Amino acid sequence: MQGPARIAEGMLTDASRRIEFCFDGRRMRGLTGDTLASALLANGTWLIGRSFKYHRPRGILTCGPEEPCALVDVLGARGREPNRLATTLALHEGLVAESQNRWPSLKFDLLAVNDLLGRFLPAGFYYKTFMAPSWAWEKLYEPLIRRAAGLGRLESVVPAHTDPAETVHDHADVLVVGAGAAGLAAAHALGSSAARVILAEQDVALGGGTLLDTRWSAWREAMTLKVLRQRTVHCLTGTTVLGAYGHGVFAALETLSADESATFGGLRERLRIIRARQVVLATGALERLIAFPGNDRPGVMLAGAALSYLRRYGVAVGRRPLFFVNTDEAYQGAFALCAAGVRSTIVDVRPASLAAERARALGLEVHSGAVVHQALGRQRVHAVAVARLEGRERRKLAADCLLISGGYSPLTSLASQLGANLTWQDSLAAFTPELPAASGQVAGAARGVYGLAAAARDGAAVASEVLHALGRARLPADASQDLPPDADTTPITAVWEIGGRGKGFVDLQNDVTASDVRLACREGYEDVEHMKRFTTHAMATDQGRIGSLLGSAVLARARGVTLAAVGQPRPRPYAQPVPLAALAGAEVRAHYRPKRQLPLHEWHATHGARFVPTGLWLRPLVYSQAAGWEPVLQEARAVRGGVGLTDVSTLGKIDVQGPDAAQFLDFIYANLISTLAIGRARYGIMLREDGMVFDDGTVARLAATHFVLTTTTANSVAALEHLEFHVQSSGAHLDVLVSDVADQWAQFAVAGPRARELVSQLVAGLDLSNQAFPFMAGACATLAGIPGRIFRISFSGELAYELAVPAAHAPALWSALLAAGAPLGLRVYGLDALNTLRIEKGHVTTAELNGSTSADDLGLGRMLKPHGDFIGRTLSRREGLTAPERLQLVGVRPLERSGRLRNGLQLIARAGCGASLGYVTSSTPSTELAGWVGLALLSGGRQRMGEQLTAVSPLHEERTEVQVVSPCMLDCENLRVRA
Amino acid sequence: MLRIACPWCGVRDESEFRYRGDASKSRPSADAGLKAFNAYVYERDNPKGWHLEWWLHVGGCRKLLTVLRHTLTHEIRWVGGASDQPPEELR
Repeated sequence: MQGPARIAEGMLTDASRRIEFCFDGRRMRGLTGDTLASALLANGTWLIGRSFKYHRPRGILTCGPEEPCALVDVLGARGREPNRLATTLALHEGLVAESQNRWPSLKFDLLAVNDLLGRFLPAGFYYKTFMAPSWAWEKLYEPLIRRAAGLGRLESVVPAHTDPAETVHDHADVLVVGAGAAGLAAAHALGSSAARVILAEQDVALGGGTLLDTRWSAWREAMTLKVLRQRTVHCLTGTTVLGAYGHGVFAALETLSADESATFGGLRERLRIIRARQVVLATGALERLIAFPGNDRPGVMLAGAALSYLRRYGVAVGRRPLFFVNTDEAYQGAFALCAAGVRSTIVDVRPASLAAERARALGLEVHSGAVVHQALGRQRVHAVAVARLEGRERRKLAADCLLISGGYSPLTSLASQLGANLTWQDSLAAFTPELPAASGQVAGAARGVYGLAAAARDGAAVASEVLHALGRARLPADASQDLPPDADTTPITAVWEIGGRGKGFVDLQNDVTASDVRLACREGYEDVEHMKRFTTHAMATDQGRIGSLLGSAVLARARGVTLAAVGQPRPRPYAQPVPLAALAGAEVRAHYRPKRQLPLHEWHATHGARFVPTGLWLRPLVYSQAAGWEPVLQEARAVRGGVGLTDVSTLGKIDVQGPDAAQFLDFIYANLISTLAIGRARYGIMLREDGMVFDDGTVARLAATHFVLTTTTANSVAALEHLEFHVQSSGAHLDVLVSDVADQWAQFAVAGPRARELVSQLVAGLDLSNQAFPFMAGACATLAGIPGRIFRISFSGELAYELAVPAAHAPALWSALLAAGAPLGLRVYGLDALNTLRIEKGHVTTAELNGSTSADDLGLGRMLKPHGDFIGRTLSRREGLTAPERLQLVGVRPLERSGRLRNGLQLIARAGCGASLGYVTSSTPSTELAGWVGLALLSGGRQRMGEQLTAVSPLHEERTEVQVVSPCMLDCENLRVRA
Repeated sequence: MLRIACPWCGVRDESEFRYRGDASKSRPSADAGLKAFNAYVYERDNPKGWHLEWWLHVGGCRKLLTVLRHTLTHEIRWVGGASDQPPEELR
């Protein structure tokens, strides 16, 4: 059984290969090549879902991706996938689909009561009704409304596996969108001039409208073969161009057939980013709806869809179809059904037409000069109310489906995204687009050139223009083409809305009625984009492709202006629902973003390091898998008491050379750099031009014209760009070069009272004594036999050296340090211990350099040089940036030594109101002091030394009494670093 | 997505570049005063039309480019080095 409505052989279906599938628990059969929609229609199933707002029964309106109603859930390997279009979903064996937005069942939906209450639920109802109390929106109203309204439901379970996905980048001279008569002809013409062409067709087969006209079979087959054989033309079927992003960049989604999917390891979709110099938009035109009561009932379909179901799948959509049309083109379905033995009745708005004469000659019943003013039936159309335009004659005609055509609208979404001008054409009752010549051309029905022969000729002509734009020779006009002639037609008579009692829909997906549009207009939402947002017209998955212009027409009449003056809402990407997985491509989980690994990553990993991502870097946090602070404190105490070693290779490292290097750095840094002696290093701070601190680090002078800078890890990328920007703009007159050497150098810190003892074993030919190599000295040196650099700088507050060697030599130096340090009790420490050590000393990192702290706030105000220009100089002197009540850096310690601190604690006065005076930025248990220590930004902090405050975290329901102290809480005289 | 023709690397995607702001602004001299620096840092035109911008090619040659872009159509009609100026007739 292939379905009772299957009356002919379909072009795409294979009658010998039957498929079993399941819809809402009912098992049915279809054929290979069917879509879910065609298989359901073949089985006589019209009721597919419930509508968005009113829960009205809905069927299938179209035969393609423009479908607004027939959205289903698919239950498969990916779990429950909502909002799949039945009209494009390829049927496969064992497919399980379910209808959406109904409860308890599709046939009996309790929320259909919304339909009866419809007059109380106009557009904007929710905004106006669910206003007070304000808390209730989020907690009560929205969840309720969301349950009642909507389309499919997302499953909240994240699948454990990742489906294969891929992104392909394509480059071409020309992207041709659409492979109908115009697109095929254009691609062929371009291909014969050896232009590199990508031909993207959303359908599973090439041909577009020629698939529906038997006279065109020979042309289509010959042309398809020719195009497929052209070496520079790449044909993609099942590929929807989702959006145009300017500069010739397009995104397309290629849906693989079941066979292709099996070949590519289960890959279902492929995202294609296409870059093309020119585009040919041959996307065709779409049939429009007419608004009248009941125009959404199951059994209502667009006239062209009836033709498509018959030709493509051999399915007759009804036994007694009734057409309601206003063009000759829309008769094609009636003629085709007639040839297949199904006799239609036709209601034509126009008093007379060539097509009506042809239909009558075939013996079909045609009611000219008449309109349908109501479709009757609830879960399926059973009759149609027809009225003559002249006179008062009304009658009811029996019909099992109502096939509407309100004319054709060129698909303008991609053109609009490319900035096309839309021009109203009275003769077509449609807007036609024209692209800026730099982007490309629109061809065929997409620009109102109707008729297959006309479209094919237009495609070839447009190809010639495109070749010219590419700087190639135009093609000679080919008049010899032997094309099946287009029939003469009687022009369209525009018809938009037939008034009456009941809801006449302009947008079936969002349940927007013509009355809603008029209400929007009365409420002042007269602009078409405002009306769209007030009513939700032309939104969601179909982007209003069927009803967009209809809504505009209703609005135009309500405003008393022409349709041309109203325009239509701009359709936005994406052209069809896209799985997020397809957009993400392979950039998921471990591949979500790149990871930067230290040169010694493997060593750290095999020695128990727990890693923490900082920026793109993975840094060792602590060398223990045990939780809690104890392992951290052990590492930090080893530094305070003996010697420790840590990998600081993540620091930004920038090499600055040139005769004007010192002058440039004086401009970049807020403190003076040019006075730095060769072989010395200096702490430096950079400001932003607005006067806030940007970054800090050390500057070492290796030669008169050669400096090496370090930046913080977090800011390393931004700081490099900052220098590169200024060296090429405001410093362009200087003779200086800036090079990023972050990846070229590995850098290790050796810290602790026994650091000299350790380092001196590895350094040859350099006196490390305190006199010869004092604090802030720097030199080139041979380290464990490796040419490198040594700096006596300290972040921990201990006697410390930082050793730098080319990254490839990192393991050798590290091993040498470990070996030499073993007898001294050397301990490797991680980022947490590093943090503990620096907090105790009041050294700042990004927690304090947060972009809203000035140098004065951090107690660094005196570093700003009084003379000479530097970035941020003028604006850092704004009085507001040194105001005494600003948040200033202080230390905090709990009064009760057992009290703990945490980052983000708010500081408030111990008595009185709870207004925040500041907050804790960094905190740690101390190595040598009792209990916790923290750094904080506190209003007027420097004037509050010794004050007692309360640190609170309402989130954790914690209160700790703290005392304000100097940010440097350990070795305040800095004796250790100079030891 | 913008496609920027880097004079050193060729036509590349916008994602390779970092936008660095309005290139028609030049830094005031050191003693220009608070008002001049305030204008330099905070005051920006929002033109509908041609706009001269800095783009740093961080994903390529790391050169600073000057780009003349139309803010409405995104058309780029001229790209030069950091110290280049577009021909007067283009602006």
